[in-house]
Amino acid sequence: MVTEVNQPGRTPQSLIRNFCIIAHIDHGKSTVADRILQLSGVVAPHEMRNQYLDRMAIERERGITIKSQAVRVPWKVNGTEYTLGMIDTPGHVDFTYEVSRSLAACEGAVLLVDATQGIEAQTLSNLYMALDDNLTIIPVLNKIDLPSADPDKYGKELADLIGCDESDILRVSGKTGEGIAHLLDTIVAKIPAPHGDPKAPARALIFDSVYDSYRGIVTYIRMVDGEIRSRERVRQMGLGSAHDPIELGVISPNMTPCTSLGAGEVGYIITGVKDVRESKVGDTITTERNPATKPLPGYSEPEPMVYAGIFPMDNVQFPDLRDALEKLQLNDASLTFEPETSVALGFGFRCGFLGVLHMQIIVERLKREFGLDIITTAPNVDYKVVQEDGTSVEVRNPSQFPDGKIREVEEPMVLADIVTPKEFIGEVMDLCQKHRGQMKTMEYLSPERVDIEYRIPLGEIVFNFFDQLKSHTKGYATLNYTRDGVQKADLVKVDILIHGEKIDAFSAIVHRDSAYSYGVMMTKRLQKLIPRQLFEIPIQAAIGARIIARETISPMRKDVLAKCYGGDITRKRKLLEKQKAGKKKMKLLGHVQVPQEAFIAALSTDTGAEDRDTRDKIRAARRKAQA
Amino acid sequence: MAGAENSEGWQMPTIGGEDWQNNPDPVCESDPLGLGVGVFKDERHVPRGFRPTASPAAVAKLHQQHDADGRKVAAWQRAHLTDPHSQHRFEVYIHVPFCYRRCGYCDFNTYTARDFGEGASQKNYANLVICELQRLHAWQVRTGIVCQPASSVYFGGGTPTILPSHDLVRMLACVRTLWGLTPDAEVTTEANPDTVSLSSIRELAEGGFTRISLGMQSAVPHVLATLDRTHRQENVVSAISWAKQCGLETSLDLIYGAPGESMDDWETSLKAAIGLNPDHLSCYALTLAPATKMGRLVAAGKLAAPSDDDEAAKYEVADKLLQQAGYQWYEISNWAHPGHEDQHNLGYWTGADWAGIGPGAHAHFAHLRTWDTRHPKVWTRQLNAGVLPWSGHEWVDEQGTLEEGLMLGLRLRRGISVRHVDHLAQAAGYESVDPRIWQRLEEDSLLEPVSHDAVNESDEMRLRPTLRGRLLNDAIVETVLDSLTRA
Repeated sequence: MVTEVNQPGRTPQSLIRNFCIIAHIDHGKSTVADRILQLSGVVAPHEMRNQYLDRMAIERERGITIKSQAVRVPWKVNGTEYTLGMIDTPGHVDFTYEVSRSLAACEGAVLLVDATQGIEAQTLSNLYMALDDNLTIIPVLNKIDLPSADPDKYGKELADLIGCDESDILRVSGKTGEGIAHLLDTIVAKIPAPHGDPKAPARALIFDSVYDSYRGIVTYIRMVDGEIRSRERVRQMGLGSAHDPIELGVISPNMTPCTSLGAGEVGYIITGVKDVRESKVGDTITTERNPATKPLPGYSEPEPMVYAGIFPMDNVQFPDLRDALEKLQLNDASLTFEPETSVALGFGFRCGFLGVLHMQIIVERLKREFGLDIITTAPNVDYKVVQEDGTSVEVRNPSQFPDGKIREVEEPMVLADIVTPKEFIGEVMDLCQKHRGQMKTMEYLSPERVDIEYRIPLGEIVFNFFDQLKSHTKGYATLNYTRDGVQKADLVKVDILIHGEKIDAFSAIVHRDSAYSYGVMMTKRLQKLIPRQLFEIPIQAAIGARIIARETISPMRKDVLAKCYGGDITRKRKLLEKQKAGKKKMKLLGHVQVPQEAFIAALSTDTGAEDRDTRDKIRAARRKAQA
Repeated sequence: MAGAENSEGWQMPTIGGEDWQNNPDPVCESDPLGLGVGVFKDERHVPRGFRPTASPAAVAKLHQQHDADGRKVAAWQRAHLTDPHSQHRFEVYIHVPFCYRRCGYCDFNTYTARDFGEGASQKNYANLVICELQRLHAWQVRTGIVCQPASSVYFGGGTPTILPSHDLVRMLACVRTLWGLTPDAEVTTEANPDTVSLSSIRELAEGGFTRISLGMQSAVPHVLATLDRTHRQENVVSAISWAKQCGLETSLDLIYGAPGESMDDWETSLKAAIGLNPDHLSCYALTLAPATKMGRLVAAGKLAAPSDDDEAAKYEVADKLLQQAGYQWYEISNWAHPGHEDQHNLGYWTGADWAGIGPGAHAHFAHLRTWDTRHPKVWTRQLNAGVLPWSGHEWVDEQGTLEEGLMLGLRLRRGISVRHVDHLAQAAGYESVDPRIWQRLEEDSLLEPVSHDAVNESDEMRLRPTLRGRLLNDAIVETVLDSLTRA
């Protein structure tokens, strides 16, 4: 560990540089951050590990960053020690809002581009966000150590995009550390120092807050004006609440308490509040003693885009699920949930997520961190349904879809930016068309790569669009999307009936054209997944009262052990006990035992290869509907 | 986990730094459900287990544990049997774990090697069995377990007839010396049709054997090839005539549902078997264990998996043809001319006690079930160390007794007594079975009442599976168990 010369609260603004690292997912942000920590000496060599700042187990395992991190790092240039406030941001589209709030705490951004891949969709969206915030951009090509790196080619692409000289683009390797020192020097030279008023009343922007089970809410702040001292009562200007801070400090890279934070510095404050909502991101903190009059401009909270029901496998776990969701919400204000009842699945919650990855992460954390056995329904978006009598209904769950006559349905739309090598333009356009997209613009980023913009219904994207895009373009295309109003569409609800009973958990709202394929696919899938039982089980798909597809599970004919002699007896009994335990994992829908996998498969958005039988059945269903 | 407590609360002995009882005897212990996961790919590989270097203290501790088990059995017998000698039967099972060739479907504990070293060889095998017989008998005497003549001795495998007949006779003689045999005792050996001759069978018959069970499996050459069988149909024909010539009862085993077996093939095999007029027939649906050669071929998609529907249809055909030929089912997979049912196997299903001798063999005394170490070399080491060669044991509790009572009783033509099931359920802490469950199973034509006949002498209400119920036996057991409510 090096000892810093610049102490928190006593660092002149001219020596401070606040920056964040923005990039497309997997372009190496966290690795570059690791090298910066190592090079600056704040992490001792023996403490170093990969993805140092990604503290959540799930982040480390999946190699992604979910939460932003803000670290104070010293760096000497020509004998003068500067203090760098480094913010590592997530790259995935679902967590764009985390990037946007981090940007507001910085004067500059390191735009990292993988030298083997070039500009991708999130490179663009993050760059535009940073430019909107008037940040100084330092373009950097990463992974130059890889044999497949082509820094000349992608350097030109990047220079064309930003409008800078190719020689201004730094070349680094987060893996070997090459070029990192030069990057830090450039940050000091190019990124402007903060220019708040150190004498003015204190104003600090809350740019993130996390829940720590030992210390309560830790609020990340960026001091803009003035100074906050520990033990000084602070006020949140937006909420109007006042607190006595328990601790004030900086992260370097562990939480280090300090006595004060001055203008331009990035640090944290712990006030003892227990709920993340009481420490509202975007709010301004000031002091009670000398309050500021005007809050800083905040930002709007992200709204959920995707909804899904989460149910405990065993209804006894309902209170545990609620506790777990509440705990997760402490750290993630973008997660919303409200109680929901399903005929098939019992009591659970309808949850709102920022995207499908966000949903997967929440589900995985519920399972792993809280040990819950849960069933998730297929994700859907929010629709507005206007009935014949003019009343309109907000539908976030297929079961809310009204039964009677419907005048019109509005679905949310997104603008999707897809960056792809030009040889896949045809595939991408086919795919977007299949998902009811309308092309807006197409721009060549370089002779080889294109940025295509489509307007697509969000409902089409949250299903398996991203996976399909990847598989159609050998993994090369990247996607970013933003919400873009609504459109009217011919949407219907498809119900699934098992043994004559409607299973609400399998209902879906789909476009009329895909209703038949959804019905056929789903009935076929369930036919494969539900084990044969003592009686025949029809599985049907229906729009309203009209059956559009049917499969049958024939009754089981044989369920017996052939041999049951001396040693088989113990084995057979244990098998019996195991089957009994396995049965507890089945849901009894009416008289039919449905295994958990059936629900998981309903969530799975993989349409699979359509075999001939499926195609024939879809065609037949359509013909019947037209007749 | 060295020195951990087992389910009985015993400290497990640590030998050579390893817990040998928890230690992978890779077939049985890593595969407690017996799904065949651990069938040896390389049978020469000797699993870690009991070491010849076991300390005297560790061996003494094992003795103590086995004796504690025995005393528990004796105490149970004193409490529950007013006249032990008339109330319960005693049988002996001897496992012979050797084959010339391992069949692709077989997940039994058998080996093609003849000598594993350290005395664990085919040649020395009869001596090892005699050693275990003596040790087990001494254990019974020492701990006070009732000793009585065996009503049946059964040699299974593997291929028992791979051993010279005089070895088999020698082992039988040892049983006779130690426990004695009842006057009408049944003495059976399994045999592969190509491992017997007129003289070998004659020697067995003269030595006291009364019955031979031949692994015919099929009469159709391509099915026999799929099953990796070495014999031909001619071997079966001569073997059964030799057996009859020597006055032995005869039984044939058939397997149906092998990949590529058509319904015609199956009928051919059935008719061929019936044509040989054995006293007894067993028909087994081919069951695939994942780790067998055939299991792997099916998993790799190189062989069609047996289909339940096909096997159900073949079972129905078998039941029809056998019945027409005068055979009556008495257990799900067993048919016999009335009066020729296999007494030994009936013992398994009706709660007899039996000694299980040989690698991997299971034994049963009262509620104690024990099983021998599976690998012959490790098993031999235990014998040489002076302990019973067990690798595991359990005391079946009331819940287990209920489950066993249902699943075994419902396999039989004599069926289950409703009153008896209620007793078992109450002992396990449940209410009696709701009569509506029995009624529903009858309405669903899974169960039928057993009429008051020779099988059902008392006038208590008994139920047995119908043809459909035999094929859906597990579903019946599960339905009854699921319906139980705690008292």
